[in-house]
Amino acid sequence: MSLRPDLAAIAAVVPQGARVLDIGCGDGALLAELRATAAIDGRGIELDAADVASAVGRGLSVVQGDADTDLVDYPADGFDVVILSNTLQAMRAPAAVLGEMLRIGRRAVVSFPNFGHWRVRLALLFGGRMPVTRTLPVSWHETPNIHLCTIDDFRATVAAHGFVIESAAFLSGGQQRGGAFANLLAEQAVFVLRRA
Amino acid sequence: MNAHDQRFGLDRRVTLALPLALDSGAALAHVEIAYESYGTLNADASNAILICHALTGDQHVAANHPRTGKPGWWTRLVGEGKPIDPARHFIVCANVLGGCMGSTGPGSTDPATGKPYAMAFPVITIRDMVRAQAALLDHLGVGTLLAVVGGSMGGMQALEWAATYPTRVRSVVGIATAARHSAQNIAFHEVGRQAIMADPNWAGGNYYGVGAPTAGLAVARMAAHITYLSEEGLTAKFGRRLQSRDALSFGFDADFQVESYLRHQGLSFVERFDANSYLYITRAMDYFDMAEAHGGRLANAFTNTATRFALVSFTSDWLYPTSESRRIVRALNAANAHVSFVELESPHGHDAFLLDAPEMNRVVDGFLRAVETL
Repeated sequence: MSLRPDLAAIAAVVPQGARVLDIGCGDGALLAELRATAAIDGRGIELDAADVASAVGRGLSVVQGDADTDLVDYPADGFDVVILSNTLQAMRAPAAVLGEMLRIGRRAVVSFPNFGHWRVRLALLFGGRMPVTRTLPVSWHETPNIHLCTIDDFRATVAAHGFVIESAAFLSGGQQRGGAFANLLAEQAVFVLRRA
Repeated sequence: MNAHDQRFGLDRRVTLALPLALDSGAALAHVEIAYESYGTLNADASNAILICHALTGDQHVAANHPRTGKPGWWTRLVGEGKPIDPARHFIVCANVLGGCMGSTGPGSTDPATGKPYAMAFPVITIRDMVRAQAALLDHLGVGTLLAVVGGSMGGMQALEWAATYPTRVRSVVGIATAARHSAQNIAFHEVGRQAIMADPNWAGGNYYGVGAPTAGLAVARMAAHITYLSEEGLTAKFGRRLQSRDALSFGFDADFQVESYLRHQGLSFVERFDANSYLYITRAMDYFDMAEAHGGRLANAFTNTATRFALVSFTSDWLYPTSESRRIVRALNAANAHVSFVELESPHGHDAFLLDAPEMNRVVDGFLRAVETL
């Protein structure tokens, strides 16, 4: 099974046998992959009922819920890794969600589309319109992405809240790329965070 | 398993060898349990599924009712090619303690007096029902259950199974259910009980062989039946349409279709249900509060549980609404349990769990298959 590139980058940082919570797990593709390849003990949260049904149908423990409101119900340190893939920008309170992730888990893995990517910048600069790109395919009035950020924004927010960046991976055109000028050249970023 | 073993098959009975100790402190001797089994217990007894019925259900979950000839009450979920399949599973369903379909209840003969227990029957709880089921499974040679599955009051029993016998239950499927009875739940039950007790035929419960309080029981059923439906469903099905007439009668006949429907529900119910059983079972549900039984914290009921849970609620169910399922999910998360939960769209209210629900079947099927491979 081939995973979406950002999911593959996330999977690469999840240790064998880890206890994993995937927030916004969709139909459970990442959890199922991690179960098969890394023998994780996985749980998921997903907003969409049909996706939850699919995930449960593949034998995963997935709860229909909303990360903005439901993370408080999870005990501290219940997980080794808490994953938020391509969902941070849809949260009402992204910083609070990051804080909850690092309360529940020892590590947080976060992937998001980089609003600082040059295509986005050009679209806004020359087009004068909100960008519609490969990683942000929905127009402004329909998008669930209410809190878009750039890679530098994310680093600043992480620092301001006292979290520590353990590692980062950057993607462009479905390929991993180096960290140089990532804020300009990466379409997506995957960060591994821990508590200070 | 011997195919001619008299313990297995349709329409079975067993009298428990030991008295049943009840939550009230009382003990019941000579408890009889009426049950059915489908499928075959495999060599390592690892494929047993217990199905728990709701308030007015019975043990005939997947076979025709021996008296009415009607198909089993959950054939949409249980049967050949269904998520719970006798080709794969050994399926047991028993009439609850306190019931009136063959298991010992207030209508049964009290061995001490030779007369029906009536109101001398001890007040029972959901946990007492579960204890009786455990004794039945001992009799059947089932140690650990692959799953306990139930909707409504059946879901309460399933949850209670995980709390009372954590090592005997590998998984729980609770559908349209709750871990406690709310004030509103209790209130509706009290209306039903008062209707029964206000019927002069009730006679303090001593109506056996004389004439049952059918009018009271019918009203109880009518009130309860409203709670099993939704406003949306009632409006779609009946609206304000009139029954067999073109104009209002300016009287108190069943002018409206919805009145006629409810009257029919009430009248057909009294033919198959005992009024005292209705009192006792509704009481057991009202007493149900798993948090209260575990130091006020629901998560304590599931501490260190290895049981996997699947919970399903329905959008239009206001009897056991999604918020009650979420409350259970929260507690299971706090206990670090494996839990899946989904709220499914349905206009059919609480009754949705008994109706055609392909998504529910998909969830139950996937969940059970995953547990089977563990």
